[in-house]
Amino acid sequence: MAGQFGTAPCESWMHFCGTQWKPSRSALLAASCAVLVAVLPLDVVRGAAPNGAKSEFESFSSGSADDVVSFINQSFLQSWKDNEVQPSPLTDDAEWLRRVSLDLIGHIPTADEVQQFVADKDAAKRSKMIDTLLDHPDYVRNWTTIWTNLSIGQQTPRRVSRDGMMKFYREAFGRNRPWKDVVSDLVTADGHFEENGAVNYILAQMQDNDDGVQLTAMTARLFLGTQVQCTQCHNHPFNDWKQEQFWQVNSFFRQVRKIEHRKLDPQTGRQVDDFSEVVWRDFAGPVYFEKRSGLMQVAFPIFDGREVDAGPDTERRQEFARLICEGERPQLAYAAVNRMWAHFLGAGFTRPVDDMGPHNPPTNPAVLDRLAEEFVKSGYDNKQLIRWVANSLPYHLSSRMTPKNEVDNPAAGETALFSRVYVKPMSAEQLFDSLIVATNAHQSGRGGWEAAERQREEWLQQFVRDFGNDMNEESSSFDGSIPQALMMMNGPLIRDAVAFQPGSHLAEILAGRGSDAQKIQTLYLSALGRQPTRQEINTFQRVIRASRDPLVAYQDLFWALLNSNEFIFVF
Amino acid sequence: MNLPTPDGMSRRHFMRHLATAAATIPTMQFISHVQANAADLKKRQKACILMWMSGGPPTIDIWDLKPGSKNGGDFKPIATKGDLQISEHMPKTAMVMDNLSVIRAMSTREADHNRGRYYMHTAYVPNPTVVHPSFGSVVSYEVGAKRSALEIPAYISIGGGGTSPGFLGMAHSPFLVDSTGRINNADMGNVTADRLGQRLSMLSLVEDNFIKSNRGEYGQAHKDIYGKAVNLMTSAQMEAFQVEKESPETLAMYSGEPAQGRGMMMGGGNNFGRSLLMARRLVEAGVPFVEVDFGGWDLHQNVFQTLRDQRLPALDAGIAGLITDLKQRGMYDDVTLVWMGEFGRTPRINQDIGRDHWAASWSVAIGGGGLRGGVAVGETDKDGTSIASSQSYLPGDVWATVAHAMGIPLDTVHTSKRGRPMKIANGGTAIKELIG
Repeated sequence: MAGQFGTAPCESWMHFCGTQWKPSRSALLAASCAVLVAVLPLDVVRGAAPNGAKSEFESFSSGSADDVVSFINQSFLQSWKDNEVQPSPLTDDAEWLRRVSLDLIGHIPTADEVQQFVADKDAAKRSKMIDTLLDHPDYVRNWTTIWTNLSIGQQTPRRVSRDGMMKFYREAFGRNRPWKDVVSDLVTADGHFEENGAVNYILAQMQDNDDGVQLTAMTARLFLGTQVQCTQCHNHPFNDWKQEQFWQVNSFFRQVRKIEHRKLDPQTGRQVDDFSEVVWRDFAGPVYFEKRSGLMQVAFPIFDGREVDAGPDTERRQEFARLICEGERPQLAYAAVNRMWAHFLGAGFTRPVDDMGPHNPPTNPAVLDRLAEEFVKSGYDNKQLIRWVANSLPYHLSSRMTPKNEVDNPAAGETALFSRVYVKPMSAEQLFDSLIVATNAHQSGRGGWEAAERQREEWLQQFVRDFGNDMNEESSSFDGSIPQALMMMNGPLIRDAVAFQPGSHLAEILAGRGSDAQKIQTLYLSALGRQPTRQEINTFQRVIRASRDPLVAYQDLFWALLNSNEFIFVF
Repeated sequence: MNLPTPDGMSRRHFMRHLATAAATIPTMQFISHVQANAADLKKRQKACILMWMSGGPPTIDIWDLKPGSKNGGDFKPIATKGDLQISEHMPKTAMVMDNLSVIRAMSTREADHNRGRYYMHTAYVPNPTVVHPSFGSVVSYEVGAKRSALEIPAYISIGGGGTSPGFLGMAHSPFLVDSTGRINNADMGNVTADRLGQRLSMLSLVEDNFIKSNRGEYGQAHKDIYGKAVNLMTSAQMEAFQVEKESPETLAMYSGEPAQGRGMMMGGGNNFGRSLLMARRLVEAGVPFVEVDFGGWDLHQNVFQTLRDQRLPALDAGIAGLITDLKQRGMYDDVTLVWMGEFGRTPRINQDIGRDHWAASWSVAIGGGGLRGGVAVGETDKDGTSIASSQSYLPGDVWATVAHAMGIPLDTVHTSKRGRPMKIANGGTAIKELIG
């Protein structure tokens, strides 16, 4: 794998997004000149700062004047200096819009949205776009998907309601409920799995009759960013957790019981599955666990050194929910900040993102501390946290490596310096939803919303079945395996996307007016959210002109764009 | 054979059309194995078949019985054609045991499913800063990449989950199929060779531009995988996945069931046997590493009944069938067999008549590839709770032995993405009792 990415300067579309652009070049694209100029970001035109003046990084603003954002930016400017790297250039508007759309609302922007955004001359347009996307209906859908997958897995466990879980998160993100209330609801949930969707988190962790072991480990990992699963059996080899602490936390989850109701099917006369329910279970006193030596030990409900009464009247999960939110900087906030940062930047302050602790110190601790502190002060406001992260300078850098920051490559095991944004593969959901946008299928309105949702769900379940595996390690994204490549090349989804049917996006584009160059541009904007380079236009124009059936050539081009690495990655 | 395309596109046909399309767009580089050398395939090729017992098998009830101990359980040992005894519920294997050895002194420290799975596959304990390649990926990298005539993936995993190729890159990740051998989406529908060529040429242009933009390794890895997928779509070697081409008698040899109609065999029965038979076909086609997953070993309860009635009959027939078949075909000296899971299981029998996770003292079976058969390497104490021999073994020693058998030099060093040198098999040593 060595030597696969050279450091030679790029000559492809990079002239849209940095200093390599020369105005004279655009003259070559006479037919499309108007569109081309429209996509040039303002900062390109401004050019490099003269000596003594502020660099483009120092003077960067997304349009947000928030103190927290300024703090983050200053902190990184210093950190880059200290680590002797120079950040990658600021990303251009088209590329940034694609990135922020995928991260915030889970799919690519439409061709029109790209053109409008690029043409917008408002200096604060990036900050405003973040606010717009936070209010987009797909914001709720995207974060509901993300947290449903994290909470119950992509493949719905037995006797768990995916609909119920999604309903809970839809409400949580729809109303932007404080994150601590959301987590509190999840860990204390009782009741019917569709009436109170929050119980599905607990039900999903209670697949084995394991006295809440899985529930303990998952809660620590997901909401507290701490990996304790090993400490079930022995003291943690790396972090501070002792075996005793695992069982102390576990003792908070012993008042949980699930009931899997059955009912009579009047048609067959047989008992069939009905609803699942989480109910209170009488439990008092300590839990017992076995040391490796074989000795039995007791553990009382203690979290982070704070003990609650182990008597029968204590509602232990309520106490747990209270304890994890206590203090100025609870671990709950750190875990949320770290996960959010990683979601946008492509790497967390720790790696893995859910293994925080003294054994694994964070990069940029000052930024993490400040964000955690402010997150708590904001009342655990997820949207506000997103604003801070998405408006900060690192999120506006290009994902390209330059000779001056090649060491900043977490994929190669290096510490993340955030002097560029790291490439991420699309999730299965992002892929599906982006294909819908690229092919304009959401506009054509075939079958209506419900049918579309059903089709999406079926496709996703198939994806998980085909590409997941047996040890709970689900494949949540395009992992670059041959079967996934075959699915993209030959599967029904892409076949439909490039099908040339009346009313399809492709048919509309090709039936419309405009030169070949303009049609190629529209296809690029629809699929990749950017203008084609001169080289790309020239080559494909030639191919289309030379082909016996230009429609087929356009179909093939659209196929190639949707199958490309550029389409499948978030960068 | 004509390819799985309705219009009967052959590889040769496809290549010819591709050449035309590539003339239009000069960046066509997708097919890397154009000069397939058929003679290469005829050579005796080294391979490894890993029988992966996911869940962690109770080796104390299979390969290293403890009669007379409180931990001994329900089963008795029986004599074999080798110089060791095994479980009474492995009678067919006992008859070919002169071809298989058991390392009885594995001591591997990882007793969590995921960690154990990682450790046994890679020879490295999990580490947050680097992802190590599974040994199948190492073989793909070292051996598969040199087999120019091989058009299907060099690491194929049947019926199991994925393991990571780690820093060797996605091109060396396992290709997953289930025991039916059916491969989804390999059919190009009504796309002709001309059009596929045009599409791939266009794709190549877009992909190369993204790769040149220097955003890390993902772009190139994506292109490599597409190249492999196209190879696979157009290869006659795909036939190796079709176990139903085998005679009912051969299928019966692996499943331990009487030879019935072909349809009956394919309908149900024994997936493990069928998967092993597919592994043999793949190895014959030139695939250097095949992993066959056989699960259901996480026996925290009711261990003896489950073993006797379900797990061991299938295991016994599969191993015996594979060894017999490979020997009959003169392949046994070139194909190394490894049998292992994440860990063994506790010698102590728990209150649910089960055995829990145990990594301190357990067994791995290994044979073929010119290794010595019929011996037990190392030993555990009378209760099975600790290693009694002077030497104990790590997964790296098992894989070093396999590397030796396959002719991969043990001083091979790979470099992690961070530039850290990583010895093959974590610097393990080939086990001298096996390599003679």
